[in-house]
Amino acid sequence: MSVLEPLTEGEIVISTRALTRDFVVSRTETVHAVRGISLDVEPGELVAVLGPNGAGKTTTLRMLTTLITPTSGTARVAGYDVTTHPSQVRRRIGYVGQGNGAGHSQRVGDELVGQGVIYGHDRRTAKLRAGELLEALELKDLAQRKVSDLSGGQRRRLDVAMGLVHAPSLLFLDEPSTGLDPQNRANLWDHILRMREQYSMTIVLTTHYLDEADSMAERVVVVDHGEVIADDTADGLKAKLAGDRLAVTVAPGNIARLSELAEQLPGAREVIAVGDEVSVRVADGPAALPELVAAAQRGGVPIAAAQVHRPTLDDVFLNLTGRSLREDSNGKAA
Amino acid sequence: MTTLTLSATSTQTSTQPSRNLLRDIRIVMLRELQPVLRDPFSLLFGMIQPLVFLALFGPLLSGSMGGTFGDGVWQWFVPSILVMTTLFGTSTTGANLLFEFQTGAHERMLVTPLSRSSLLIGRALKEMVPLFGQAVIVIAVMTPFAFDLHLGGALIGLALLAVFGVGLGSFSYALAIAVRKQDWMFWVVQQTFLFPLMILSGMLLPLETGPGWMRVAAKFNPLSYVVDAERTLFSGDVLSSAVLWGWVAAIVTAALGLTVGIRTMLRSAD
Repeated sequence: MSVLEPLTEGEIVISTRALTRDFVVSRTETVHAVRGISLDVEPGELVAVLGPNGAGKTTTLRMLTTLITPTSGTARVAGYDVTTHPSQVRRRIGYVGQGNGAGHSQRVGDELVGQGVIYGHDRRTAKLRAGELLEALELKDLAQRKVSDLSGGQRRRLDVAMGLVHAPSLLFLDEPSTGLDPQNRANLWDHILRMREQYSMTIVLTTHYLDEADSMAERVVVVDHGEVIADDTADGLKAKLAGDRLAVTVAPGNIARLSELAEQLPGAREVIAVGDEVSVRVADGPAALPELVAAAQRGGVPIAAAQVHRPTLDDVFLNLTGRSLREDSNGKAA
Repeated sequence: MTTLTLSATSTQTSTQPSRNLLRDIRIVMLRELQPVLRDPFSLLFGMIQPLVFLALFGPLLSGSMGGTFGDGVWQWFVPSILVMTTLFGTSTTGANLLFEFQTGAHERMLVTPLSRSSLLIGRALKEMVPLFGQAVIVIAVMTPFAFDLHLGGALIGLALLAVFGVGLGSFSYALAIAVRKQDWMFWVVQQTFLFPLMILSGMLLPLETGPGWMRVAAKFNPLSYVVDAERTLFSGDVLSSAVLWGWVAAIVTAALGLTVGIRTMLRSAD
């Protein structure tokens, strides 16, 4: 296989095999930040890499964007090997890091035009392009403003604009919405999704916001301790790894009886009775609930209240690792 | 809503030509100069700083050791001020890069196709511009007073300072990259080097009256050769051996600085 073949239609955009990265902290301590990640991303996919802090998300992204070299394993990005042809990769990808791409002491317009010139535009084209992006990302009136004077949301939109200057077919976003309030997060996502549509971009992002991975990404890759521990659609992960939870309230005397009935449901597990409530994990909650209610009625157990809880990605993570994603904070940057 | 397809297609063709190092260096240098040019007020403050020092330190120097200087204190001290401006300006410039490490701008530039060495060279070369402006102002203000301007020597002197400044600036960037994870270390190291270098160059006070060990130490300080060369050049003597040694010191500093700087820049994403 020739390494210099550029990307052709339908080829896999990202392909990693047994990618690892160690950081030598001291003579006695080496951190294995990424331990053998193999991942394929096809054109047009929107993939969220989800995991707690220190899971290896950012390290993986930094290898794919040629910022750091892998300790072992291979990664081809946009048709080129990241270790042997980093400059080819750099020309073809867009990158929005955790920080601000635009220099704080610079003016908004200057940085956007400059970014265009860096990617090979002449100044006239670069100005035109900067104008388009300023307009598209609602930054038009801020072109003369200093970057440090922008609000957090404006600065993040500018970062995205910087990443899109050369209209890349593959965009990496490292925790794009961290630190933004809910309105600004939603607004940023509107822009990202619209840009994706316009350029038919492939997007790979890291996040530790569960709801973000859940609602935005078509594919969720869960990473923990430097390894991929799950890779599916959000719904697929939830159905396969967590399932729905039924919560049924009865009079205290009937708890034992109801628990027995719950255990007889097809695929029932984790039957737990707390106070006057029985909860049970099932594959298909909406179908199982009427079944349980009917069984309770037949058995003479009056039901006071019943609910179906759809699983969250946190349930998935809990199921996979025995830890909650929300509580996890070992303090180490990924 | 504007459509973005127009320039999206033009990008495909315009990103293809192979990189040109000089073009990259120019891009980086212009980007560094932009905030300075956009903010003339800060520029002006930077420009008058050497004058303030000159006005405050010069009279003291002339009062306490006026007899030591043959051609008069200003002839001796104006070249010092120019070297000092270079020393302070370029040795602190790494702080700008540290700031861009913290904000993320440097990381963004590392993912662009800009060559790694241009990221250092462009920054180092940018230092020459404000330096040149400061020098011109100092000379313009001092010439009506007891300062004799020899234009040829002065121009060669500024060129020499520029070469030396590129080297020192590169070291400053290298230091910034090396300590980027404990950024306060930058100032500790910078100050630790700055003052011995400055005092042991005879820049502010002549070493002739100091103890013998200081004069020996000065022999190993590249800065003292630069200071000597500047004084010689500004007195109009272009062909002296002091000038040659000044050039050797400046070129060696620049070569070492760029080598170390580019090497650290290559590893700056780790």
